Amino acid sequence: MTFINYASREINCKIVYYGPGLCGKTTNIQWIFEQANPEKKGKLVSLATETDRTLFFDFLPLDMGTVKGFKVRFHLYTVPGQVFYDASRKLILRGCDGVIFVADSQAARLEANIESIANLATNLKENGFDIRTIPYVLQLNKRDMPTAAPVQELEQLLRFRNEPMIEAVANRGVGVIDTLKATARQILMDLQRS
Amino acid sequence: MAKLDLVMFEEEYNQLQEIIGRLQVDSSSKVVFLVDKNGQQIAAAGDVRSIDATSLASLTAGNVAATDGLAKLIGEKEFSLLFHEGEKDNLHISIVGKRGILVVIFDQSSSLALVRLRVKKASRELQEIFERVEYRAQDQGGENAKFESPFTEITDEDIDRLFGD
Repeated sequence: MTFINYASREINCKIVYYGPGLCGKTTNIQWIFEQANPEKKGKLVSLATETDRTLFFDFLPLDMGTVKGFKVRFHLYTVPGQVFYDASRKLILRGCDGVIFVADSQAARLEANIESIANLATNLKENGFDIRTIPYVLQLNKRDMPTAAPVQELEQLLRFRNEPMIEAVANRGVGVIDTLKATARQILMDLQRS
Repeated sequence: MAKLDLVMFEEEYNQLQEIIGRLQVDSSSKVVFLVDKNGQQIAAAGDVRSIDATSLASLTAGNVAATDGLAKLIGEKEFSLLFHEGEKDNLHISIVGKRGILVVIFDQSSSLALVRLRVKKASRELQEIFERVEYRAQDQGGENAKFESPFTEITDEDIDRLFGD
């Protein structure tokens, strides 16, 4: 749910990074946080366990500049990937404008990716969204791993609506901004249509 | 589309601002925030510079969402009020209408009873405004038609510019 404030001329969009445990959701927004201009970024809030596993969510507000005289601000959230945190994941999807699915390219994680997409579809539905129509981008992360499955195989298994698909190595920043940009494009184009 | 965007115009925004400004003074509190359930700040009054408002908004929404989840687990519709007591400052969080959250931060120069009393009155006024905004969002063809969306002509170049290309 985009929040458009005509008084302060601001648009706020909520983008959620989704995916199986340890696929690199937090790494994506950490990289954005480290690279962003200090004036444009807010604080990175991480509700994590002592071992740095996301417990509830990570949150990063980003000021992006202006479109048509409106200040655009993205609120980036990650969900906890571990299967048993499902209740938290559902809460975080509430009112989101777009979803980035971060897939773990490693062959051993193929099934975890598929399960996580199915879980995303269910949780979106419970929040009143449709996975087939919401702004959505697929990121194939960890492309540098020797055990990474071929892109074609991942595409066949994980891509279901001709969504933008971006190869990434999030810990080195490869593909991170492209992913965010592809999502922003869909959200803003969606605003245009509505 | 399943979602209804929250569109706030100047007049409503000023009214919200006035109500929470009054609440902050009347309740002798330090800061009052109005945020939406998705974690976005709508308005603020008081010494807002002392606090990271954006993080506060998102954490409050997370807190309310988690508490909502707990309420449902035990068969309650919601817990409409959360209170966190600190050594110096306290946090009073309450739900306004369907999508608003009112956050009041106060210290010993006020009291929980006074805050509760003032919040109750302000909530009723805020709710009326929220209902109006909601009504307009649903009535797409009605009042909304008077306003031309500024986003009808977003181009690829506009988006590239956001990312500094």
